Amino acid sequence: MSKRGTYVITENSSLTPTVWRMRLAGDTQCVKRPGQFINIALDGLFLRRPISVCDYDSQSITIIYKVVGRGTRQMSRMQCGESLDCLVGLGNGFSVETASQRPLLVGGGVGLPPMYNLCKQLIAAGKKPLLVMGFNTAGEVFYRSEFEQLGIDVFCATADGTEGAQGFVTDVIRTFDLKFDYIYACGPLPMLRALYNASEVDGEFSFEERMGCGFGACMGCTCRTKYGNKRICVDGPVLKREEIIW
Amino acid sequence: MVNRVDTSIELCGVKLDNPVIPASGTFGFGREFAEFYDLDILGAISIKGTTREARFGNPTPRIAECTSGVINSVGLQNPGIDAVISHELPALREIFHKPIIANISGFSIEEYAECCAKIDKERQVEIIEVNVSCPNVHNGGMSFGTSPESAAAVTRAVKRVTTKPVFIKLSPNVTDIVSIARSCEDAGADGICLINTLLGMRIDTMRRRPVIANKMGGFSGDAIFPVAVRMVYQVASACGIPVMGCGGVASASDVIEMMMAGATAVQVGAANLRNPYACKEIIEALPEEMARLGIERLSEITGVVK
Repeated sequence: MSKRGTYVITENSSLTPTVWRMRLAGDTQCVKRPGQFINIALDGLFLRRPISVCDYDSQSITIIYKVVGRGTRQMSRMQCGESLDCLVGLGNGFSVETASQRPLLVGGGVGLPPMYNLCKQLIAAGKKPLLVMGFNTAGEVFYRSEFEQLGIDVFCATADGTEGAQGFVTDVIRTFDLKFDYIYACGPLPMLRALYNASEVDGEFSFEERMGCGFGACMGCTCRTKYGNKRICVDGPVLKREEIIW
Repeated sequence: MVNRVDTSIELCGVKLDNPVIPASGTFGFGREFAEFYDLDILGAISIKGTTREARFGNPTPRIAECTSGVINSVGLQNPGIDAVISHELPALREIFHKPIIANISGFSIEEYAECCAKIDKERQVEIIEVNVSCPNVHNGGMSFGTSPESAAAVTRAVKRVTTKPVFIKLSPNVTDIVSIARSCEDAGADGICLINTLLGMRIDTMRRRPVIANKMGGFSGDAIFPVAVRMVYQVASACGIPVMGCGGVASASDVIEMMMAGATAVQVGAANLRNPYACKEIIEALPEEMARLGIERLSEITGVVK
């Protein structure tokens, strides 16, 4: 069940020169799971902008977005008190229930945000998650302390070695010989593929695609899976490891 | 005052509560929108374009944003006519009890005829809409809708296998839309639906490549409304069969404008993608807009502009 609503911006601040965090106050009862997304209508732009939910509670949704084009640039210029027309509760999201005791969370770049609420929910369910975050360089790193404050083991990889371990998330997993029995991942396609190839462990991978509607009507974001065609926006963005076709 | 207006229309003997119809390809088989509102408020639904075989469609990205519109290159992804009849239509019947318009595509004359013969047996399908914008695989990939002869050939083949009203959905990517519409009328078409999308293209200037994987796609949305009004006007003026107007409709005022240009019913397409409530809001705004313009019966304004 998805829903359209008006959300008031209560925070819009930069975490890095290109990554921003926005808090939106409004009805959140349609947000059911971590890993879902919202679709934001912006003045003067025809299509909505799909952004994953970083965190949510009974009154607000937090999103973290990277300024990459006109839509996100426009968002970054909005002020507290302004409101946005959003469709919320979109996508299937991660299933917290299926994880075993020691799940590994992997977030690459702006694929990291949905791991935050997921991590909180896994901890609340009595599980012991650990997290690997991957970035290109130290200047892009965000939310390291926020994750550490959740009391979990946090590993950081940067491609140029300017923060944490040098290399990709898969290098960190190998170097520190991380032990885990389930994987949750969100990030760029090459990262997801490398992770898939580096470990046989079962898990869930969140994918990205250009979308038309975001709620399953237009077939703009279809991908092939072992269980037939799926729309990233409603049947995803999270796919189970076993169904993925690269 | 406002509630005394009459929004009903009649399309080849099919009575609709109002002229607002979600356009094929922007509304799936209705299911997704039933989460947002009661589909029975709609005049009719034109379901996702259906072909003989199941189709995956084109590679992604299939979508490109434009000023006041969107380019799509979905490539007729659909589960195939048999699955539509066995799964999609029964599911739609659970949530929608008004006329269904079946949108049929094909890559050969035989495929069109075969699909239409099958869909002809479905009781709730009251109108068949034939999309002639697809490439003809037996004729170098030229779209059936780009010549009067091939559009007429499809029309004749389809008319032979069904007694339901047949609307031919025309492509605007032609030199002379009127000659094609007339040719369809002469071949027995019961109505014309226009316009399909305009061929468009966007380029990712950072990556120096097309945004859409298939390079080009169909441009729709608010931006194409004036083109659609013009073509509806031209065709409605030249033909004696009813026209379903389509292209960039986003408000009750647009619906009335399209009807004044000559449309008997009006389809709403890309607006559904940005605003899932688009059709509902348009239908709810119609009585007030009619009252404002002094229109008592919507059916009376079709083609009033000469």
